[in-house]
Amino acid sequence: MILNLREFIAKETPRWRRPEDLLGRMESDPGFRMGLEELKELHELYLRASADLERVATFAAAPDLRRYLESLVARAYGEIHETRGKSRRPAPFHWFFRTFPRTFRRHLNLFLLAVAVVLAGGGFGGYAVLADPYAKEALLPFPHLLLDPAERVAREESKGKGVHAGEEEDPLRGGKATFSAYLMTHNTRVSILLMAMGITWGAGTVVLLFYNGVVLGAVTADYVAAGQGEFLVGWLLPHGSVEIPAFLLAGQCGLLLGGTLMGRGSRKSLKARLRATGRDVTTLLGGAALLLAWAGLVEAFLSQYHEPVLPYSVKIGFGVAETVLLAGFLGFSGSGGGKPREGAPS
Amino acid sequence: MPLAGPVIRFLAWTVDLACILAASFLLDRVLRAVQVVQPDAASALSILGYFVLSTGYPMALEWLWRGRTVGKRLLGLRVVDEEGLRLQFSQVAVRNLLRAVDSLPVFYLVGGATCFASAKAQRLGDYAAGTVVARSLRMAPPDLESLGPAPYNSLKAFPHLAARLRRRVSADEAALALQCLLRRDRLEPEARLRLFKELADRFRSMVKFPDEAVGGIPDEHYVRNVVELVYGKE
Repeated sequence: MILNLREFIAKETPRWRRPEDLLGRMESDPGFRMGLEELKELHELYLRASADLERVATFAAAPDLRRYLESLVARAYGEIHETRGKSRRPAPFHWFFRTFPRTFRRHLNLFLLAVAVVLAGGGFGGYAVLADPYAKEALLPFPHLLLDPAERVAREESKGKGVHAGEEEDPLRGGKATFSAYLMTHNTRVSILLMAMGITWGAGTVVLLFYNGVVLGAVTADYVAAGQGEFLVGWLLPHGSVEIPAFLLAGQCGLLLGGTLMGRGSRKSLKARLRATGRDVTTLLGGAALLLAWAGLVEAFLSQYHEPVLPYSVKIGFGVAETVLLAGFLGFSGSGGGKPREGAPS
Repeated sequence: MPLAGPVIRFLAWTVDLACILAASFLLDRVLRAVQVVQPDAASALSILGYFVLSTGYPMALEWLWRGRTVGKRLLGLRVVDEEGLRLQFSQVAVRNLLRAVDSLPVFYLVGGATCFASAKAQRLGDYAAGTVVARSLRMAPPDLESLGPAPYNSLKAFPHLAARLRRRVSADEAALALQCLLRRDRLEPEARLRLFKELADRFRSMVKFPDEAVGGIPDEHYVRNVVELVYGKE
């Protein structure tokens, strides 16, 4: 049978318009849900369009029409044959208190690997600064870190004395919210990059983690060697107790992505592996972003104040409390009974 | 489904970037009122607003509009699952988060290069998320009307030969012939003659019609007759 294309198109077009309309509505209106009758109708129209595609491909010289029907059939196929867990209404509390910590624990080995890489970097950075004081300029990216620690501490505490005595205006006044927003967004971008670098089989993530460790180690060694350990802990711990684990979580994400690409010990295909880890990557990075939002607030509104405005013991105590809470949350939240929600990983 | 190449995807991205910048500009205008009372808060909201817009815009739209942003809609593109299944949120999130690498060092050079090298025109984000960007197609029946009124088609006098010709002409050859006819007025006279001679010789080699059907017919007329036969114009 030779297909009379013009007649065929004229006759079948109304039947193609209907699934086109349904699919177009689903794509444009996120709230649109098909009823049972519409679903049945779509399924029937999909089968007819598939038959029409077969006829066009076999009997007619119409590549554009064939491509159109291929597109229509493919779109309908995606909607009809999706068997993976359907997305439920967002449940943020469930996600934060169960899904996120459980996902963290499921990939704990990668988190520990990230910690090891950062510690290695820290060891290198610390050794470099102690062995060669000029290494500080090469390693530390921020100008205020290049100052002599004792000089910097004296300056900060002197400023603090003035503010505490009411003789000077708070230098951070009128800028804390802006600084906080900057920290949140900058750190989140860096975390996203940490995760995204996992696409290089994790090598890029390892390099970034190591570099951050180097900076941390260099600063720590510099301040401790100068006898300013208390200031350093008081300055970094309030926000660092949350910010550093958040970076490690992003590193964990990147290593998860890298490990998925490598696929050691897995019999699944690369595609299947990537599908399986996509949700975990999103969860871990989402959790890291929330922690960084908190860390940004603390760093801008708390960490920059030193003695006598804010005693170091208070800041250190706050930082320790955050560390304990975070460790408890990541270590235990969501554990114990309870059936996992349908469509959510356990 | 036909896949979208890196150039058209880059164009869609520039449209989206313009949307993000326009939204940021509007946000800044709105925040000017807040700036009078609380300049620090206004500045913070501006920074956070731009971040949420630049990061969240593609994710939110691709999720809500099933794979399309404003730029993609305008250019008829759509993100789809590689295996034709419904797009999952984690796929949308991963492919957009990996823009951090795809956009390196500038203007999506890494993503563009990966797209060119990939058989499925996937950038790194698409690869990790298991997605491709396809072109949405509209119904496009063959435009025979613009050929003008049809002269007498002598090939129709031999229906069995016409049927044989229809079977032998491939879809691409027919489409090529139609496009040549539609654009014939844009060709230089010599090129036009040469082109239709090649096409006519090709079609003549497939089926031999009697001389009374094809004798004296110019090559362009012959090609037109073949196209009408293939596309079934009455």
